[in-house]
Amino acid sequence: MGLLSILIGLPVVGGLLVLAVGSRTAARLDRWLALAISLVTFVLSLALYTGFNFGTADMQFVERVAWIPAFNIEYYLGVDGISTPLILLSTFLTPMIIVAGWEVIKKHPAQYMAAFLILEGLMIGVFAALDAMLFYVFWEAMLIPMFIIIGVWGGERRVYATVKFFLYTFLGSVLMLVALVYLYLQSGSFSILDFHLLPLPSSAQLWIFLAFLVAFAVKVPMWPVHTWLPDAHVEAPTGGSVVLAAVLLKMGGYGFVRFSLPIAPDASAVLDGFMIALSLIAVVYIGFVALVQTDMKKLIAYSSIAHMGFVTLGFFLVWAILRNTSLADGMSGVQMGVTGAMVQMISHGLISGAMFLCVGVLYDRMHSRQIADYGGVVNTMPKFAALMVFFSMANAGLPGTSGFVGEFLVILASYQANFWYAFLAATTLVLGAAYTLWMVKRVVFGDIANDHVKDLQDMNRREGLLLLILAASVLALGLYPAPLIEMMEPTLVNLITHVTQSKL
Amino acid sequence: MENIYLTVVLSPLVAALVAGLFGKQVGRMGAHTVTIAGVATSCLLSVYTLYSMLFGDLGTYNGTVYQWMSVGGINMEVGFLVDRLTALMMVVVTFVSLMVHIYTIGYMHDDPGYQRFFSYISLFTFAMLMLVMANNFLQLFFGWEAVGLVSYLLIGFWYKRPTAIFANMKAFLVNRIGDFGFLLGIAALLMFTGSLDYGDTFAAAEGIAAAQINIVGDANWSLLTVACICLFVGAMGKSAQVPLHVWLPDSMEGPTPISALIHAATMVTAGVFMVARMSPLFELSETALTFVIVIGATTALFTGFLGLVQNDIKRVVAYSTLSQLGYMTVALGASAYAAGVYHLMTHAFFKALLFLAAGSVIIGLHHEQDMRKMGGLKKYMPITYWTSLAGSLALIGFPGTAGFFSKDALIEAVGHSTIAGSGYAYFCVLAGVFVTALYTFRMFFLVFHGKERMDEDARHHVHESPWVVRVPLVLLAIPSLLIGWPTIGPVLFDDYFAGAIFVAAPHDVLAELGADFHGAFGFLLHGLQSPVLLLAFAGVVVAWYLYLKNPLLPKAIKERTEFLYRLLDNKYYLDDFNEKVLARASRMLGQGLWRGGDAAVIDGALVNGSANAVGWIAGKVRRIQTGYLYHYAFAMVIGLCILIAWFIW
Repeated sequence: MGLLSILIGLPVVGGLLVLAVGSRTAARLDRWLALAISLVTFVLSLALYTGFNFGTADMQFVERVAWIPAFNIEYYLGVDGISTPLILLSTFLTPMIIVAGWEVIKKHPAQYMAAFLILEGLMIGVFAALDAMLFYVFWEAMLIPMFIIIGVWGGERRVYATVKFFLYTFLGSVLMLVALVYLYLQSGSFSILDFHLLPLPSSAQLWIFLAFLVAFAVKVPMWPVHTWLPDAHVEAPTGGSVVLAAVLLKMGGYGFVRFSLPIAPDASAVLDGFMIALSLIAVVYIGFVALVQTDMKKLIAYSSIAHMGFVTLGFFLVWAILRNTSLADGMSGVQMGVTGAMVQMISHGLISGAMFLCVGVLYDRMHSRQIADYGGVVNTMPKFAALMVFFSMANAGLPGTSGFVGEFLVILASYQANFWYAFLAATTLVLGAAYTLWMVKRVVFGDIANDHVKDLQDMNRREGLLLLILAASVLALGLYPAPLIEMMEPTLVNLITHVTQSKL
Repeated sequence: MENIYLTVVLSPLVAALVAGLFGKQVGRMGAHTVTIAGVATSCLLSVYTLYSMLFGDLGTYNGTVYQWMSVGGINMEVGFLVDRLTALMMVVVTFVSLMVHIYTIGYMHDDPGYQRFFSYISLFTFAMLMLVMANNFLQLFFGWEAVGLVSYLLIGFWYKRPTAIFANMKAFLVNRIGDFGFLLGIAALLMFTGSLDYGDTFAAAEGIAAAQINIVGDANWSLLTVACICLFVGAMGKSAQVPLHVWLPDSMEGPTPISALIHAATMVTAGVFMVARMSPLFELSETALTFVIVIGATTALFTGFLGLVQNDIKRVVAYSTLSQLGYMTVALGASAYAAGVYHLMTHAFFKALLFLAAGSVIIGLHHEQDMRKMGGLKKYMPITYWTSLAGSLALIGFPGTAGFFSKDALIEAVGHSTIAGSGYAYFCVLAGVFVTALYTFRMFFLVFHGKERMDEDARHHVHESPWVVRVPLVLLAIPSLLIGWPTIGPVLFDDYFAGAIFVAAPHDVLAELGADFHGAFGFLLHGLQSPVLLLAFAGVVVAWYLYLKNPLLPKAIKERTEFLYRLLDNKYYLDDFNEKVLARASRMLGQGLWRGGDAAVIDGALVNGSANAVGWIAGKVRRIQTGYLYHYAFAMVIGLCILIAWFIW
């Protein structure tokens, strides 16, 4: 059994085991077991990094066996510079989520932990699958634990939120399935890599692109199919919000680079203006919407949408840059855009995860997400306040934090396509700072606003440790992004070469 | 030398981390000892660097520390460029910072956030050094934003005060507007030069002078003009130029030592430094230079007026800082970069001095900042008095003081400039001399002379400040008075900045001045005959008449010129405009997009609408399923008939 299979199987089997153990044991064996499994998974996943060949764009750690030979469906796994960082992000965050729910989750704690473990395995499966059907199975299966997490451990309006979440994403997935079946009929295989090489007429590419677009745009989420996200975040428990923002949104971005761009490059080139427009709307429009939110989680959810706008922007800048005739060589700009988008995904995973954990820390004490209920938290929780200000600054893209790297690259790249793209994208410098710092001002700073704030206890060790680890990784990625970039570079260069060649 | 430069940068950082993260363990004493040691190390090494450049044979250093990343063949690095411009800035930054560190021991003595404060100012020193020592735009931007962050933290240092936490957010956001332009400028240059490195960019500058970009419609704009103006927008944010100056007066909510260090001597001069550093680019665009000189001149004069009506001692000094930053910017626009940087240096000394002296007054009066409750402090606070006098004289350009040399040279240079807008600028800087003298001595007389207006209780407690406060005052007063004498010749007229600052021959006003320059004493004699001195003198006399001789007159004037006074008192209504129009419009737009776009259209009409539509249709269609056999039979017969008709036809 290969490493990837272990990484997928261990958390899933482990999750079932946690379910079997249950939470009635005296020593709360379930949560220790869950933690152990997630940590072992994380440690094993490090082998992906240490064993990774930085010099190639080929798939690595490949496992390939026939699964349903009648339809040529295979159990086909492998990773490259695009999927490996995302898998590492998932395995890194899952232990955090488990620890974050440690003593907070009172209702069915074993099931809670198990849901996240199973979800982890499925997420790794999505990133590792190279067979389209296998990918689809993981993709859809992932909805189930997420649905349960929000539906069982969520807030008051959790039913509305889960139904909305489920219908939105499911609708997109169905169209994707149609596209996958079409591609199978054309190529006779479900291998995603075969899809990449399949020549397609422009009309077919257009339909395929649109079918994928619905699926991935909902996940990212792109404007205007984003409204499920604020609701889902608000109702989800802290861990659910973290995994949703940190990893599930990345599925959309991953889908674009794994499917849309390489399978339908000509359609992408035709529709790129539309995609860029949607991305910029996400940055500017959502930035203004985030400004007036009164609920912290909603604010961070909107901020996520705006930040994910940079991901789609970076991916779809490729053709606009190459079309710009005043450039001698657009390739460096193209590479900056795509690389920036990828870095933004990883960085956003860390920062948004941390922001939701911060809100979780406050929520566990005050049981309110309303900004108006807070004020002067720094007086009673100075350590927490320092970390929250740090993550807010990272969220506002301060250089030296990981939040800067992706935005910086994408803005530099977008200038090479069009001045106004860069102009609109760069408004995030002001808008992002405005909505984040205004929230910080009202929540963290000021004199003690009320008796509830007065009674707050600062972070305990468990919470402090979580946030410190995240802060360290945000800082590390911001100060030295080179290793991540080097890991992705050959794959991205290969991707760019591939998508800039017409399939017609 | 690389290790020395690394030490210069890292020792304040390490000190900041120790004081910040282990504040409890090291205690108050430990916190100030470690940070002062760190900054003193930097300061000594900076002085050593400058000394070796001036008197030794130390050349320019340009090297990489580490590669941040490399994308698409573009190297993004952290590295140092240390030439004479950098060395000068390093000395100014670390020296003022060291003085402020020492002063803080006295000023923040009772503050519960003592360690935190030392950690922040050391961190600031690190960030500022990163900014001035950068050899590429990436690191420049890092330093640029990092000083903004520390400024944010320090303005909001007393986080319980609503005004402080409003001011720090405002400062950060206004600076971010500047950074927005700055980043676009960097992006424009990168697009055409393919490098973020200064050296590569400057080398490519000539080659891209003809490049054009298309922004609106079909009109083509010179790339360098666009890039330089964008970069300058960044400078307008950091160096508080109109209309992005609004954050600086509010930043006075922070403790006084940081007003001296950050909001007078160093951070706010980052924009001036940056433009001087980018001189090879600005020299290629006269449009950009005109833009710079007009903005600078407007700032120099019109923010000076505002200083006339302030009653808060720190705010007077703050507006004077704005006005002086305008002077420096005017010099940049006139291509007299060296004069701008020279004024930056002298200003750093005397403005830090004035702020620290103001702080000394404030602690002497137990945190009273209103000048209407001061007066006659001369006899209570002699050291503060005499050092304030030194600072005030330097500020108004009294002959022989440091401010005289830098300001006179600057004004002369502007007078010689032929760039479009220089006439307006010359008028503004001349008129500004009178205004500067007037507000400076208004403050000086109100604080130290005349009737003692504090209440009885306060009067009893007035005291001179402790030695940790007095020593920095004296140490700053010395260069404020004297540094002009040895430096004016070498810095302005003797190729000090050769290789660091580039001036195109037709713009080189300082070379014109240099032809007539025969030593500092000659410059002084020449200055004595200029109208500048008369204007300054007139300002002092008017201040003396209005505030000492006839103190009832200002009130009468105020009543006579009601409209003008209100205009100044409300700071030209710019804050009101920003808060009531811009900020409110943003919030309304946000509400509109949220309630209208997200909630009503997308969720209301489309998402829930389609869900409702499905429900509605299902409700209607359900009625067809009546369950009566004859209904179904009837439908079948009708259907059959239609089908038959269809086929037969």
